[in-house]
Amino acid sequence: MNTQGKVFKYPDNVDTDVIIPARYLNTPDANELALHCMEDIDTEFVKKVQEGDVMVAGWNFGCGSSREHAPLVIKTCKTGCVIAKSFARIFYRNAINIGLPILECEEAAEEINAGDEVKVDFDTGVITNITTGKTYKAQPFPDFIQNIIRNGGLLKSLKEGNGNG
Amino acid sequence: MGMTMTQKILAAHAGLDKVVAGQLISAKLDIVLGNDITTPVAVNEFKKAGFESVFDKDRVAIVLDHFVPNKDIKAAEQSKTCREFACSHCVSHFYDVGKMGIEHALLPEQGVVTAGDCIIGADSHTCTYGALGAFSTGVGSTDMAAGMATGMAWFKVPSAIKFNLTGKLADNCSGKDVILSIIGMIGVDGALYKSMEFTGEGVKTLSMDDRLCICNMAIEAGAKNGIFPVDEVTNKYLDGRSERTPVIYEADADAEYEKVIDINLSGIVPTVACPHLPENTHPASELHGIKIDQVVIGSCTNGRLEDMEAAYNILKGKKVADGIRVIIIPGTMQILRECVERGWYTAFIDAGAVVSTPTCGPCLGGYMGILAAGEKCIATTNRNFVGRMGHVNSEVYLASPHTAAASALTGYITEYKEA
Repeated sequence: MNTQGKVFKYPDNVDTDVIIPARYLNTPDANELALHCMEDIDTEFVKKVQEGDVMVAGWNFGCGSSREHAPLVIKTCKTGCVIAKSFARIFYRNAINIGLPILECEEAAEEINAGDEVKVDFDTGVITNITTGKTYKAQPFPDFIQNIIRNGGLLKSLKEGNGNG
Repeated sequence: MGMTMTQKILAAHAGLDKVVAGQLISAKLDIVLGNDITTPVAVNEFKKAGFESVFDKDRVAIVLDHFVPNKDIKAAEQSKTCREFACSHCVSHFYDVGKMGIEHALLPEQGVVTAGDCIIGADSHTCTYGALGAFSTGVGSTDMAAGMATGMAWFKVPSAIKFNLTGKLADNCSGKDVILSIIGMIGVDGALYKSMEFTGEGVKTLSMDDRLCICNMAIEAGAKNGIFPVDEVTNKYLDGRSERTPVIYEADADAEYEKVIDINLSGIVPTVACPHLPENTHPASELHGIKIDQVVIGSCTNGRLEDMEAAYNILKGKKVADGIRVIIIPGTMQILRECVERGWYTAFIDAGAVVSTPTCGPCLGGYMGILAAGEKCIATTNRNFVGRMGHVNSEVYLASPHTAAASALTGYITEYKEA
């Protein structure tokens, strides 16, 4: 599995209230919600994002509310991957459960700039900044979590009988 | 090496004698919770995966609290989805308007959660129930769906930070000032993926409402859970209330902690978190010049009876400052009823405040007190992120009920000092 695209860069502590403001949470419809992704800190994101693009952020990405709508809108916008220095734990869990690829890599998150062209290989965890030519290696997921991702999310994994090990 | 209190509860629920930090386990759940925002997504996932029944109709709790009484047609549709699901699966702990409260005020009050439990909730403040000596953590809707179907969830066993509490809080301080001070000290990711275990001589001086408030905001330090030992205060609270028999777990004497932080409760001062992060804390006394437009006293953090009492003691017989909107939201119907019975409701109205039925409403910028551009609110809620209570250019200052009520009288952020 791979993704390649342009980088949208965000700071530390991006919270789920700015990823998808609660004022829009009166619907569970992902396509409707996705129209407001990142709206409160980046009104351009929804207009500019293209399939496979990559979000790069600092520490504690996705802190705050447990709303699964947050990784869901990022995925629905066809974002290929989120790279951060660290993720808030509920966001991390939700991203895995719904199949939004995420990677923790401090060096990459520090050095990659907005607008860079980046390629990510999820099988190896290798991140390549095509703009600068530099490569990075992200922390791989434990096997248990890779299994959930391979099965296409938690519920499919449960149905396969592999998700509760 | 021994286990922390959290690790002991997780080991017992995983059917293991011992667990260690970092271990991946599958644990049995005592309660699976959702609300009117997160449950519709879970119901959708539950159906899509082809599950036909919940694992135990008495172990699922669905509380309509974020946007009820419904704020608009879409919110009404979400409540309807929850109602139909609860009805078709005979969910016994389903709380609709008239019976509902803010979930994290309601479930402990109704005895649905108890000591020794392993609980997940599709709401980040599910960590509140650690105050009762339970392991309780927030998850997303897919985890809720899986939990409802199987009664199990996977966890990575957390390491822990021990907070050794000594001393006793001053009269103008409460649990809110303790947890804001701690978040200010360790930061919004200071306990990321970890347990916050509160212990020490000072614990016994904290009321159950203080402890619920402290555990409630463990998530604001990034923690997986917050937890208090079970003592006389806990037993008194649970007695006659718990639906199930409480089970008491204690940390081993040789449990391993990543860090031990000493907190002298006597040294805590009224504390305010300034925009736009809960870690941006300052003593209230240093913020006296900041003019406010609105005050909110309520939420899953501070909508309990002691919070209402603090507000009453400060507002009774007084008038809120001109031009200030004061919104008071008792956390549950029982708390609202107590406010009526004790004459507090009347005192709030006479002071110039409004009192709402229980709702999360303004805390997450839903309704019932949304801020316009440039407005400032001092609130007893739990988050002050950009746009959290309304316009992206509005500001939320997090504080205790004492500080919020004192500020309502002056129109400026004000430290409460007893007359």
